[in-house]
Amino acid sequence: MLHGQMTEVVKGVSLRVSAGRTVALVGESGSGKTVISQSVMGLLPRNGVITSGSLVFSDPDKDGKSVDIAGLPRDGKKMRMLRGGRMGMVFQEPMSSLSPVHTIGNQIEEALQLHRPHPRKEARAVTEQMLGMVGFRDPQRSYDRYPFELSGGLRQRAMLAMALICHPALLIADEPTTALDVTIQAQVLKLMKELQREFGMAILLITHDLGVVANMADEVVVVYRGEVMEAGPVEDIFRRPGHPYLKALLKASPDFDMPPGERLVALRGVTSAPVVKPIRETTPKPLLSVRGLRKTYGGKKGGGVIAVDDVSFDVLKGQCLGLVGESGSGKSTVGNLIMRARSADAGSITFHDPAGPVDVLALEGAALKAFRPRLQMIFQDPVSSLSPRMTVLDIIREPLIIQGRGSEAEQKRRVVELMDCVGLDPRFLTRYPHSFSGGQRQRIGIARALALNPDLIICDEPVSALDVSVQAQILNLLKDLQSSLGLTYLFVSHNLAVVHYMAERIAVMARGRIVEIGPRDALFRHPAHPYTKCLLRAVPLPDLDRPLDFDIATSGGGASDPATWPAAFRGTARDRLEMIDLGGDHWVLADRGCTAHDVTAA
Amino acid sequence: MLRYIIRRILIMIPTLLVTSALIFTVMQLPPSDYFETYVAEMAAQGEKADLSRIEFLKREYGFDKPPIERYFLWIAGFVQGDFGYSFEYEMPVRDVVGERLGLTILVSFCTILMTWMVAFPIGIYSATHQYSWADYGLTFMGLIGIAIPHFLLALIFMYFANVWFGLSIGGLMDPVYFNEPMSWEKAKSILAHLWIPVLIIGAGGTGSMVRAIRANLLDELQKQYYVTAKAKGLPPGKALRKYPLRMSLNFFVSHIGDVLPTLVSGSELTAVVLSLQTVGPLLLRALQSQDMYLAGSFLLFLSCMTVVGVLISDIALAFLDPRIRLQGGSSK
Repeated sequence: MLHGQMTEVVKGVSLRVSAGRTVALVGESGSGKTVISQSVMGLLPRNGVITSGSLVFSDPDKDGKSVDIAGLPRDGKKMRMLRGGRMGMVFQEPMSSLSPVHTIGNQIEEALQLHRPHPRKEARAVTEQMLGMVGFRDPQRSYDRYPFELSGGLRQRAMLAMALICHPALLIADEPTTALDVTIQAQVLKLMKELQREFGMAILLITHDLGVVANMADEVVVVYRGEVMEAGPVEDIFRRPGHPYLKALLKASPDFDMPPGERLVALRGVTSAPVVKPIRETTPKPLLSVRGLRKTYGGKKGGGVIAVDDVSFDVLKGQCLGLVGESGSGKSTVGNLIMRARSADAGSITFHDPAGPVDVLALEGAALKAFRPRLQMIFQDPVSSLSPRMTVLDIIREPLIIQGRGSEAEQKRRVVELMDCVGLDPRFLTRYPHSFSGGQRQRIGIARALALNPDLIICDEPVSALDVSVQAQILNLLKDLQSSLGLTYLFVSHNLAVVHYMAERIAVMARGRIVEIGPRDALFRHPAHPYTKCLLRAVPLPDLDRPLDFDIATSGGGASDPATWPAAFRGTARDRLEMIDLGGDHWVLADRGCTAHDVTAA
Repeated sequence: MLRYIIRRILIMIPTLLVTSALIFTVMQLPPSDYFETYVAEMAAQGEKADLSRIEFLKREYGFDKPPIERYFLWIAGFVQGDFGYSFEYEMPVRDVVGERLGLTILVSFCTILMTWMVAFPIGIYSATHQYSWADYGLTFMGLIGIAIPHFLLALIFMYFANVWFGLSIGGLMDPVYFNEPMSWEKAKSILAHLWIPVLIIGAGGTGSMVRAIRANLLDELQKQYYVTAKAKGLPPGKALRKYPLRMSLNFFVSHIGDVLPTLVSGSELTAVVLSLQTVGPLLLRALQSQDMYLAGSFLLFLSCMTVVGVLISDIALAFLDPRIRLQGGSSK
């Protein structure tokens, strides 16, 4: 190394993956779990060195002859033969781990030709066969597809095909399903299990999702700051967690059984919790009403994508409405339409101000600018939603400057106040975002959203880029702020457990439409729509007694494909669908001819 | 794909029309024109200009007509290969430019070639050996290339060539061959003179291109798909060539369009200093003397080069990157 000093990131970790078994490596980001997998593959970044220890790989195809990978030259021939040939790897981001300018067939076949050379025609046949195995419906045509033409789930399947085409003895899967929707996650996990059985390979599964661990692993290794905290068979780990860190980790993830009002326990305490005022018990009135909202993307000559289709809902004052759906369901577009970041094609959005209702879509010019502070937004990605060239002070102050609130001194005072409010030390004000962790950055984003005293905050996947423990902190912070400042949230997320924790009412979106909306408990206990049911069943729970039903949603084009729904929900003619009242403010989208009884029976 | 290319070519027509109108307007903006400047100059020298001849020229070139009509006459001529009349040289623009255009293209082409041939290997080496001493050294040399103005470099070259070797390195060929028909001797003379202006004009471009390639490749080397390639067991060289290098070409190709005009218009001073027989010095002089057809034709010629360059780079990009090829036309 040229400069900088050596930091020990993995300290004396020992683990063992046996053939045909799955070992889960669990930990937060920064715990060193990815470094472990990189060392095994010989893929450590240039400034990473294995200082001591051994990595013994016993190849079952060579009668268990062992090699110490740590001793091999990283890019030497021997290491390269193992890498990709005997050990395959799947990465977290299916979007970026495939080259965008080569077809998936080309990229998969390349791995095949490196380790098991075939004549060209045969190679294509073998590749297509592999594509078929990982669930591509039309392998011949898929071979010539580019990654950007595929959905996230299919891309991850292509990655699996690439890792498995040489029949490796070991598969390293680094957060293979973290970036995927729950139903797709269930499919990919199922596929991994099947392929493992078929090839008899060992899997080293790296994840922070204890639900995935409970459903996949035979053995679990928990790492924290580069050290093994606890290791053992999955039964021991979940039923008798010994180490406090593991116990805390199990408590930090929200699940469906939490009674309302219970708080998540963050691993590391939040430094400052705002004062909690008792909530005034009045019947909540709607703060924002959305009616018949519609938005189509592209397609001037027809053939556009309907992103939002006839969406109607109310957000009640002081409450949190959860908007759940898979990627592409149109939930983020709804948020953008309300924020006036995009223009709606049809429908109305009414903001119920004490001074009288405001037609949000009709606002223009100065009126729109004056209205903007009422609605603010918290974004998903804490890295790209903060300008790296502005200090924290500038970032949080910017809305105040734009709206011309107060003098410079007053603005600065307000910023300090906001920093306290979100639990950040005001001494950090002159720092730049890069010196903060993901959770801290998200706090900065929250402080910025709070700067103008908004009435409604749209949270667009605010915790999906964060670790479980940090996620708990941020969710608690949002809850505390809601009760102390009387905020109303529209909480957009794909994570059902998180929405369950945050929202009083939940709307489920599929293919641009709200298919079901109702109070949290009604929706989770008695889901009526097949899509909602499917979503709920696809969530892997960190509980060994409630294993994931892997058979869901494996047929057809996924759970959001209306073809997989019973006839009552499919709506042969589009306009026959309408919201049916199930009682208790619980509505479901179904055929007009159905009664509440039909729907619940279906 | 064919539709895309045809559409892009069709778009060029209005672009060029607007550019030419702009050029024409700018040429018209000064309150005087070439004739008035000429008459004033003559009067200052105590001579009388041949007014009848000027009247004739004015009529001949439609200076008595409204500007709009003159603009269309000019454009119509341009399309037919008649670039107008240079008042200063008293001959058609085409003859004034003559050989210079070919020489300009030759110098530019050689410069681009040299820039690429030098910058690519250096850029790739710097990126793959980031923070090594070689990287620092090469980057520093590139910086020097960017920081020193061309004409200064030309002067330094000329001075030392003269002091040390007693050579005069100006010109693109021995003056006796200029405007002579091409011969073996002439070609040899051009080749002997060519390398110095190419080196000087290319220095800055090479420097910035090294930096650009290095920066782009460094970005690409961080990308996940490169790790995937290595995880497959690809040898390092092949992994580099097939994935990150290919991706960093995108940036490079999209800049092809800018290269030509920058080279031509950026090297005028150097051309003056080195007395190169390219179009640069001519353009400079034409702008000073308001020789509007000569200047206008040059400028229009430069815009044509830009537009064609952009077209080439767009088409090349579409071939290189399936995302552009297959998703073209989709909007937000």
